[in-house]
Amino acid sequence: MTGARDGFPARWRVGIAALLLAAALAAPFLFYPVFLMQALCFALFACAFNLLIGYVGLLSFGHAAFMGSAAYITAYTVKAWGFEPLTGILAGTAVAALLGAVFGWLAIRRQGIYFAMVTLALAQMIYFIAVEAKFTGGEDGIQAVPRGHLLGVVDLNHSLPMYYFVLAVFLGGYALVYRTIHSPFGQVLKAIRENEPRAISLGYRTERYKLLAFTLSATLAGLAGATKALVFQLASLTDVTWQMSGEVVLMTLLGGLGTEFGPVVGAFIDVTMENYLASWGSWVTVIQGVIFVFCVLLFRRGVVGEIVDLARRFAPGRTEAPPPATVAQTAPGE
Amino acid sequence: MRMKLLLAAVAAVALSAAGAEAQSSGPVKIGVLNDMSSLYADIGGKGSVVAAEMAAEDAGPVLGQKVQIISADHQNKPDVGAAIARQWYDENGVDAITDVPTSSVALAVNEVAREKKKIALFVGPASSDLTGPKCNAYAASWVYDTYSLAHVTGGAVVKSGGNTWFFITADYAFGHALERDTADVVKAAGGTVVGDVQVPLNTADFSSYLLQAQASKAKIIGLANAGGDTINSIKQGAEFGITEGGQKFAGLLIFTSDVHSLGLKAAQGLQLTAPFYHDMNAETRAFSKRFSDRFGRPPTFDQAGVYSAVAHYLKAIKAIGTKDPDKVMAEMRKLPINDFMTKNGKLREDGRVVRDMYLFEVKKPSESKGEWDMLKLIETVPGDQAFRPLDKGDCPLVKKG
Repeated sequence: MTGARDGFPARWRVGIAALLLAAALAAPFLFYPVFLMQALCFALFACAFNLLIGYVGLLSFGHAAFMGSAAYITAYTVKAWGFEPLTGILAGTAVAALLGAVFGWLAIRRQGIYFAMVTLALAQMIYFIAVEAKFTGGEDGIQAVPRGHLLGVVDLNHSLPMYYFVLAVFLGGYALVYRTIHSPFGQVLKAIRENEPRAISLGYRTERYKLLAFTLSATLAGLAGATKALVFQLASLTDVTWQMSGEVVLMTLLGGLGTEFGPVVGAFIDVTMENYLASWGSWVTVIQGVIFVFCVLLFRRGVVGEIVDLARRFAPGRTEAPPPATVAQTAPGE
Repeated sequence: MRMKLLLAAVAAVALSAAGAEAQSSGPVKIGVLNDMSSLYADIGGKGSVVAAEMAAEDAGPVLGQKVQIISADHQNKPDVGAAIARQWYDENGVDAITDVPTSSVALAVNEVAREKKKIALFVGPASSDLTGPKCNAYAASWVYDTYSLAHVTGGAVVKSGGNTWFFITADYAFGHALERDTADVVKAAGGTVVGDVQVPLNTADFSSYLLQAQASKAKIIGLANAGGDTINSIKQGAEFGITEGGQKFAGLLIFTSDVHSLGLKAAQGLQLTAPFYHDMNAETRAFSKRFSDRFGRPPTFDQAGVYSAVAHYLKAIKAIGTKDPDKVMAEMRKLPINDFMTKNGKLREDGRVVRDMYLFEVKKPSESKGEWDMLKLIETVPGDQAFRPLDKGDCPLVKKG
């Protein structure tokens, strides 16, 4: 049933996936590994975010809180308590999951802009804790986090093993998102996105679905943050600021809201801009802004969304493309 | 598929070969890493790049080739800064990174430099941890740190009669450290701290804090904050008539660019510590003239410090004829630092450059003869009194004897 759903025949999809996987395996020989790892972490973060906005229609403006708190917990447990990298990542992810459950429980009672504001307010509380608490190191962050040895065997201090470890984490996270979207659970989420009152009238306890989706999204955002803390060997305030919550919106919109692969593309574009335009100084933010405006005006479905749409138009038997999923459309008033 | 992997492998070998070559025999390459777009852009920013370029031009060819200067914006994000630093050291053949304002970014770059055994010449960051517990054999802190700011301002102000203090402190680690260090100095010199108030970072309205400071009747209001927070507290303090009322502000971290944007009317009477002021003597004036001809405004002490650091680094390379980091660091420690802003400065083993520091007071508008005529020298504090003694910093590189 999944074959031609978005215009690509099944064997194309398998082909594309295989090609991308091969590219991912060969990439560290061609590109700078740290840059790739950074992009993968942000890609996972954007996928987690997209799960919520693209498939449930909930615009969270506080996802940095999950990413950042997981980064802090991982950095702290690995550095101060000598946790093994995998345990450290699990600890960070678990805290993000817990936080997600609490935030979600509070936030899903509201919709649209109110939902976004509640998540933003809660995230700012996390930011405040990160600035003030002793263990986070305030504005200096937690520095010099040891990468350690994975399961006591693989030395992550070298770029290559670290890259493949990050790639594995990313693929695991991505697979989880993919599985969620294509499960009956995912179908219900989409139903809630399209028309929540109807889903309720069909007998679904929508708030439970939303809470579960929110927690899952927070957990994956935490996984991304925890991994990022090991990649850069630091956890800092950057990860918990509201700008980070905004950046993930940008990545998702650039790549394609509500597409499976869009957030990954968006994250790569964003991280590439940040890295390769760094010598342009203050122009980075201006260029990012211009690209964002262009994207919103010209390809409203995002890069991947437009490609999928094109494929659909040329696929036999399909003439009309459904309108792009937008936030406004999916967030009816209360 | 097999073809692709093969190509990838070939490319990888070619790349690593190119990288190795760049490291051993290429030109000396220096990266200026700082904030180009946000709150510290005026202090360092493009001006630091200009200063580094001037130092490279003045040095002429080094190891037979022209010195290359590259630059990037770290956006005050430690992860962005660390990623750029890694890439510069690993891939772009950068031999030394300089400036790096914002202590959190500097601490991150410090760890990268330690790991890669490459040189970092810190000018912008104020954290004294860089030469304390986090010290690194490949890093130098060139012009100042929180310890020296606190000691020079605190000590001198008490000596000149300002013996009661009230602190307005930015509520984060940097502010707390500044307040703690300054309060210690004030008490050691016989003064008293009558009170303090903690203010959240990036506060717009200082009125309630300033009223508390006014009500405390302290002679000196110590500003343990930086950048926009300092500017706001002084501006609003002028509106409350604090300086007219006989109280004085003591800024613990103020750059000439801050004074310029405040204006002399609001800033007059403010005392501050700096390692350099463009209008101190013939040499500083000559350098500042050259700098402002190119950049349009006189250098801040950060920008001047970048010149000083890059010039000394290149001098050391020329003296020994190699850019091997271990040898260069040893030579930089051996050579005394002498330039337009430094007299017999010395790079210590913990990375601290010991140099004279100066206490200035902002002129009254009537005393100023031009837009950039802002400060008058009150006191010169010799380096051994301004900076933390070598054995007090908990630097693991310093042998306990």
